[in-house]
Amino acid sequence: MAKELKLMKGNQAIAEAAIRMGCDGYFGYPITPQSEVLEHLMAERPYLTTGMVVLQAESELASINMVYAGASTGKRVMTSSSSPGFSLMQEGLSYIAGAELPALCVNVVRGGPGLGTIQPSQSDYFQTTKGGGHGDYRLITLAPASVQEMYDFVELGFDLAFKYRNPAAILSDGVIGQVMEKVMVDDYKPRWTNEYIEEHCPWAATGHRAGGKSTIVTSLELEALKQEAINERIQAKYRKCEEEDARHEAIQCDDAEYLFVAYGSAARICMKAMELARAEGIKVGLVRPITLWPFPTKAVAEIGGRMKKILSVEMNAGQMIEDVKLAVNCNVPVEHYGRYGGVIPTPVEIFEALKKMVK
Amino acid sequence: MTREDIIKPENLVYKRTSVLKDATMHYCPGCGHGTVHRIIAEVIEEMGIQDNVVGISPVGCSVLAYNYFDVDFVEAAHGRAPACASAIKRLRPETFVFSYQGDGDLASIGCAEVMHACNRGENITMIFINNGIYGMTGGQMAPTTLEGMETVTCPYGRDPEIMGHTMRLTEALAQLPGTYYVTRQAVYTPALARKCKKAIRQAFENQKLNKGVSFVEVTSNCNSGWKMTAVQANKWMEENTLKYFPLGDMKVNGKFDPKFIERIATFDQPNETLYSLRKK
Ligand SMILES: Cc1ncc(C[n+]2csc(CCOP(=O)(O)OP(=O)(O)O)c2C)c(N)n1
Ligand code: SF4
Ligand SMILES: [Mg+2]
Repeated sequence: MAKELKLMKGNQAIAEAAIRMGCDGYFGYPITPQSEVLEHLMAERPYLTTGMVVLQAESELASINMVYAGASTGKRVMTSSSSPGFSLMQEGLSYIAGAELPALCVNVVRGGPGLGTIQPSQSDYFQTTKGGGHGDYRLITLAPASVQEMYDFVELGFDLAFKYRNPAAILSDGVIGQVMEKVMVDDYKPRWTNEYIEEHCPWAATGHRAGGKSTIVTSLELEALKQEAINERIQAKYRKCEEEDARHEAIQCDDAEYLFVAYGSAARICMKAMELARAEGIKVGLVRPITLWPFPTKAVAEIGGRMKKILSVEMNAGQMIEDVKLAVNCNVPVEHYGRYGGVIPTPVEIFEALKKMVK
Repeated sequence: MTREDIIKPENLVYKRTSVLKDATMHYCPGCGHGTVHRIIAEVIEEMGIQDNVVGISPVGCSVLAYNYFDVDFVEAAHGRAPACASAIKRLRPETFVFSYQGDGDLASIGCAEVMHACNRGENITMIFINNGIYGMTGGQMAPTTLEGMETVTCPYGRDPEIMGHTMRLTEALAQLPGTYYVTRQAVYTPALARKCKKAIRQAFENQKLNKGVSFVEVTSNCNSGWKMTAVQANKWMEENTLKYFPLGDMKVNGKFDPKFIERIATFDQPNETLYSLRKK
């Protein structure tokens, strides 16, 4: 079987991508609006075909710690959740970053705070891009704006996680999770063999005392100077990641005088708002960060630096705007337009906000 | 006999197992943790599985267990060792997997994870060191602290009306269909340590059968937390702890031990054991 075109929900695309890219294990707990990830996996039963383990855990605490342990043995393992569940995972994510393990965690964001709403939101931007759990660490954060990207970012997320031995996150939202779109899916790739893991992941506790020496996976180092050295190593990885792996998409920026910065479903809505604006002669472009951490600072600085004004459009009360302002060093005025608590802004609303800013 | 004579292999009666590293343990003198480590290491050596085993250490005094065992180890977050062990066994079913936890770790913060791992019948070995207290953080009350017993967070003795009852979690786990072998052991005399070793061996051997969780509770001491000498602590444990947590098998080969069924029938009597444990 070669590539195939399928119609599916964003959440299903995550599950389908995991099976097809050769993921070893998924551990998750139901929560709206992302339960279709686990549902699709349970319906597909990859444990009978690819050998991928799928388990409904007793909680998000259990899921993330299963991911931690699975990653400790060199397996490609993942979980998914939505905001309240993702909050429960923060201690575990911090352990994964501290033990320098690769893993993938998907957050299909819903509005908060608290139990909030099951409607889509981008209000977990701070939590995901600034660390979220305790300690100095970052999640490599991918922001899909289509069902196709939900699919593609599973493998990309694992690649980046293994490149840096750091947890990666897909920060999606209820729109992208629930909407149905066409997706080009790949052929099935085999899972890594234990021999491959033994060879490529010398840090993994496979049980086999590779090289005759026992392998320890831990995030504990009580001596401050040694703990500082670990932190320095982790920070060096982050600087490299910022240098090599910041991604963005620039749309109609060449002739633009004004700029939208938006990610995920907000970016999709901005595309429509751009059409409305350009029809009325307002030259507006869009920078869509694909990695939220590392933030595409250079691109936003370079493109944003040429603009008269920038509008950060987010489905939250103004979180990414801080990174946009830092990128342009406040040399260009940056304003925020957002709806939150699960409300999705319309293209007309965004267009109106742009007009107000332009005046 | 000269030193040279003594160290000849034919005169050797006792040595460190090669599954323990040549490292000085940080445990307080007389603490049960060290004894149980040695027993587990001997079992791993005798079964010849040193190159096919992953251990999971908890958060508690035994957090650094990986510095003593010469096998691959993963250090879990507080209470989550059963979730870790479940994942590793499912992803690597050919590997022997064991978790090692204290009573704060297993019975308090990790209560859900141990229940569910046992309920799913994960094919793993669980070692549970019940010393009735949080040793590592300085002697606070645990779910397993006896009624009336003093700790730094119940300095006037544990009052069940305010602080809840002493938790016999192992008895509850034995009643889950996912557990295959459940036993309570101790290691404070050589005879008991030998019995405990048999139980731990059984708990590892059972992984070959793929029949569910093998769970070994070791009722242990914490002389530092209890503020006693090692000898006093062992005597105290015998006179108090073991009355509430009697030793013996609860479930063997998936079947309840008749004595266990008899014993749990008395559990519904309120305040069955309210010990006055105040020290003079
Ligand atoms: C999330 C979290 N909460 C609290 C702690 C602090 N803590 C460390 S060990 C411990 C109790 C350990 O007691 P127990 O499991 O009985 O082990 P022991 O030291 O008695 O062997 C606590 C509360 C922690 N490390 N992590
Ligand atoms: S504090 Fe208690 S549990 Fe910890 S090593 Fe000392 S005696 Fe053992
Ligand atoms: Mg304890």
